[in-house]
Amino acid sequence: MLERLEDEDVDAKILAGGQSLMPMLSLRVARPEALIDLRKLSSLDYIREDNGKIAIGTMTSKSAAEDSDLIRTKQPLFHAATQRIGHRQIRNQGTVGGSFAHADPAAEYPAVALALDMEMTVVSANGHRVIPAADFFVTFLTTDIDSTEILTEVRMPKLPAACGWSFQELSRRDGDFALAGAAVTMSIESGKCANARVVAFGINATAVRLQSAEQAVNGEQPGEAIFALAGSKAAEAVDEPLSDVHASAAYRRHLVQVMVSRGLAEAAMRAGGKH
Amino acid sequence: MTAPHRVSVTVNGKTYEREVEPRMTLADFLRQELRLTGTHVGCEHGVCGACTILKDGSAVRACLMLAVQADGTSLTTIESLADGDRLHPIQQAFIEEHGLQCGFCTPGFLMTTLELLRNNPDPSDEEIKDALGGNLCRCTGYQSIIQSVRLAAGKMREGNAGASQQSA
Repeated sequence: MLERLEDEDVDAKILAGGQSLMPMLSLRVARPEALIDLRKLSSLDYIREDNGKIAIGTMTSKSAAEDSDLIRTKQPLFHAATQRIGHRQIRNQGTVGGSFAHADPAAEYPAVALALDMEMTVVSANGHRVIPAADFFVTFLTTDIDSTEILTEVRMPKLPAACGWSFQELSRRDGDFALAGAAVTMSIESGKCANARVVAFGINATAVRLQSAEQAVNGEQPGEAIFALAGSKAAEAVDEPLSDVHASAAYRRHLVQVMVSRGLAEAAMRAGGKH
Repeated sequence: MTAPHRVSVTVNGKTYEREVEPRMTLADFLRQELRLTGTHVGCEHGVCGACTILKDGSAVRACLMLAVQADGTSLTTIESLADGDRLHPIQQAFIEEHGLQCGFCTPGFLMTTLELLRNNPDPSDEEIKDALGGNLCRCTGYQSIIQSVRLAAGKMREGNAGASQQSA
């Protein structure tokens, strides 16, 4: 199969769960000459602990991730993001790996991948390589996966018990594409915010880490004012946001401020800090 | 590239083998090849939920799968709900609570409800709304559908408590 991927005469597209690709085929946005269905690769259907990390095979369904006690208890940020993806019918058929490989700018998993420094394993006929999240997402619907490679595993750390987290998303209705959202992790050390990680999604071509917001809170006492300031720094830092019929660029920039400040407040609360 | 593929699939307990075009959706396969026209096709791109069926017990949108992807699976469609003239408790509840008007979206709602009530026999209104969020109805305004699901849950719990009777 990997050899067929290398056949340059054929415009082949990999079909995982199809919950993004099938609508694109129906709407004729994508017109590949051939589809390569990975459904029978049952060896890519697993969720397991491995060297203190959580490893998920890319053909695992999103509902399996949603129902996993390991993910719910040890990586609640990934779990919360999973529950915001589409509807149960979509998560039953859609795969974990599909969302990573598809790299929709409004998708939940890429933001979580950046927040958690996840690692993606890709395999080709020549072997495998591991791609850190920061290098994996390139632009709209484009990743670092080469046309001769397939994504086989995504791997993430467990969330340390003292680490707070938050997953924020605004959409018109539950299950719709996100207008904007944020994934946040943060701990509280000696009463001060520490190790903040702030990622926004749905606003640019890829999810984007916002270090100016992280710097604004690290070392500070948690509180509404500092979180609002960090939200403003985040909103200033983002490149010109996407603009479409659902939300203008200015509205999306405003949402970054709101999502980030709410996310920091919730993460601080979960980390045990008073504010 | 478009040579037909052999597909073997079990639908409502009966096994079918067909040669299908690789590009045919599962919804079209059920309707056109197997003549099981109870599964309705609304938007054809995964938004409306009218084509919801169960694949190996889990609700999926039949328009977002190719028939070839269903090879080797066991499917449950709306045709399996009634036992002859005896309606399934979910169907009965939708009649009693006026959970349908034109009926186009109804097969999808019923199959989504079937998955919900198997996993969660006594859902809260919030859980019902969350589960039905992926199904669109343009007639009812949803209130009567939510009431129907609540009534169906009660009927199914009574049925399961009353006898060893199996739900569809």
